[in-house]
Amino acid sequence: MTQEPLLLVENLRKYFPVGQSLGDLLLRRPPGLIKAVDDVSFTLLHGEILAIVGESGCGKTTIARTLIGLEEETGGKILFNGRQIGARERRLQAGLVPLESGAIGTREQQSLPRLSFKQFRQQAQMIFQDPYESLNPRATIFEIVAEPLVVHGLARGRAEKIQRVRNALEDAGLRPAEEYFLRYPHELSGGQRQRVVIAGAMVLEPKLLIADEPVSMLDVSIRAEILNLLHDLRNKRGVSIVFITHDLGTVAYFADRLAVMYLGRIVEIGRTAEVLKNPQHPYTRALLSVVPVPNPRLRRERVILQGEAPNPIHLPTGCRFHPRCPLAMDACRMTDPAYVQLSATHSTACLRVESTAL
Amino acid sequence: MRESWLLFWRNLREFWRVFRHNRMGMIGAFLLLSAVLIALFAPFLSPYEPSLVIRDATGRGLTFAPPAVHGPLGTDDAGRDVWTQLVYGARISLLVGLLAGFIAMFIGSLLGILAGYFGGWIDTLIMRVTDVLLVIPDLPLMLVLVATLRQMELKISPLVVLILVIGLLYWTSTARLVRSQVLSIKERQFVARARAIGAGHFHIIRRHILPQLMPLIVANTVLILSTAILIESGLSFLGLGDPTQPSWGTMLNFAFDRNAISNGAWWFYLPPGLAIVWVSLGCVLLGNVLEEMLNPRLTAHHLEGDVRVRPLEGEGAYG
Ligand SMILES: Nc1ncnc2c1ncn2[C@@H]1O[C@H](COP(=O)(O)OP(=O)(O)O)[C@@H](O)[C@H]1O
Ligand SMILES: [Mg+2]
Repeated sequence: MTQEPLLLVENLRKYFPVGQSLGDLLLRRPPGLIKAVDDVSFTLLHGEILAIVGESGCGKTTIARTLIGLEEETGGKILFNGRQIGARERRLQAGLVPLESGAIGTREQQSLPRLSFKQFRQQAQMIFQDPYESLNPRATIFEIVAEPLVVHGLARGRAEKIQRVRNALEDAGLRPAEEYFLRYPHELSGGQRQRVVIAGAMVLEPKLLIADEPVSMLDVSIRAEILNLLHDLRNKRGVSIVFITHDLGTVAYFADRLAVMYLGRIVEIGRTAEVLKNPQHPYTRALLSVVPVPNPRLRRERVILQGEAPNPIHLPTGCRFHPRCPLAMDACRMTDPAYVQLSATHSTACLRVESTAL
Repeated sequence: MRESWLLFWRNLREFWRVFRHNRMGMIGAFLLLSAVLIALFAPFLSPYEPSLVIRDATGRGLTFAPPAVHGPLGTDDAGRDVWTQLVYGARISLLVGLLAGFIAMFIGSLLGILAGYFGGWIDTLIMRVTDVLLVIPDLPLMLVLVATLRQMELKISPLVVLILVIGLLYWTSTARLVRSQVLSIKERQFVARARAIGAGHFHIIRRHILPQLMPLIVANTVLILSTAILIESGLSFLGLGDPTQPSWGTMLNFAFDRNAISNGAWWFYLPPGLAIVWVSLGCVLLGNVLEEMLNPRLTAHHLEGDVRVRPLEGEGAYG
């Protein structure tokens, strides 16, 4: 546990401006903000799988896109191998944005060694949710898998390129690879397409994979295969994986650690076994109570959450979960709970836990 | 690069397999292709030069001779063979249409891609220019431009003037069409994937945007070709063509100038008129069918038959 993490995310925030209505404009009301990711911190060790679980709309995809650099973070730090890689950070360092007073961690930032973004892009790859959409329909499988090599100018010569594409496809379970070279995505099944996506992500032998609900669009029968493939890649290649899902059921046997998200914030994080066996946050408990359990005697009492998830434009005051929380007390309406350390690896943000568990 | 040829052939065969059964498309292709072949092989289709005056036994020019008296289509007011002029006119009409169409298509696609992909002030600028050009009626503007340019006695052929004016003014609809397509393509996930890999703008446009646009561009080129030919005919009919290299429009201009109608010389004005209809009909039929077949937005891809698994992430579903 003293090992330096591959990825360190600190107070990551990503706000989207909401379109102003004409009325807002005339009344000079400031534009609203969707706080899609609001103060998220976590670490990811080398070769570790961290699952991020939460309802639809809680900001999982936004985290993924921000980590990979598709969105510019509003604030916070992203360290990859101890180096700053946030998109906003890049602009700050390039002197394009004046440093605001009170910007987070401006002092350390200057002393941190820079990692060129191009290098980072080689070492971190993303797997998108929809394998039907993430492959260019007019490119062949070979072109798709070889694209990262071409973009980064990595393959020396044609033979090496073919060799690396073949290896990547076979590692992703598409054998014999040559049979796929000249085919188009629409000729493949959903599971095969997702394997192509994984091959494309692994062809550069990255250190980090960010998988955004990689199996949610796939047929139930092939989900396990793809999950096993990712698991194998971790075991054989030592690649670290941020595995995003809304399905707590798939997480149990897959992830080393588990972060539960609610409305842009991590409400509970810990080793998977710790969180699943001893869930502390009422939201985690509610999620767990609706996961189907094969053995009826182990079935927990279902906690049905009241109401719908409030939208991230009008966040509730205090604890953002309190309007739906079965255990909410008066203090929850006022105080945004800080993290409570339950063990060296397990923490949660809940006022109830503060007053009972320790 | 053997693979790319292989792929090209495979795709072409695939396309042909479906296209073959489309009657409208086949008719359009036939109309257009026959005109192109006639233009290409014009010298073999007529024993005369287009400017040659046909003379009777006494050596007098055979003017306004009906088809029954001479050749398949008679002669015009100066005694020249109408059939010969028709097949050579195909060269001029198609050439002007094709070149103007390509220029328009190129400019339209380029500006549409730039506007759609980069957005911001580039988009605003291009779209304002497009709006201005769209508001001004095409034909009068081109008329004025062609006439002015010809007045200036520049040392360029009137045909080149026609090509440039049509090409440089006729790209607006293409630009808008391409822009709207690019706007939707660039939001697609495979573009996000390319960006996540670290691809630059040029790479993304060339490898991811253009291939999706190509079908649209091809279909649109065929459609634009018909418009360009019609405009060329219109301008030439109004006397702005090259009288030494008559197109079908110029032939019509001659016919009306020389009172072909009052002389009842239908063989003088009907053939070029029908030829124009023939080619533009061919372009429109073919263009529409191509658009329908190739544009993934209008119909699903003909090969995309598999069942899509719906996302399971529904509202209120946790766990
Ligand atoms: N580009 C964007 N502009 C505005 N709002 C966005 C954008 N992307 C995501 N959001 C909002 O941010 C919130 C989180 O979205 P997302 O990260 O996609 O959630 P998840 O992946 O967990 O379902 C949602 O309320 C969504 O509407
Ligand atoms: Mg998502």
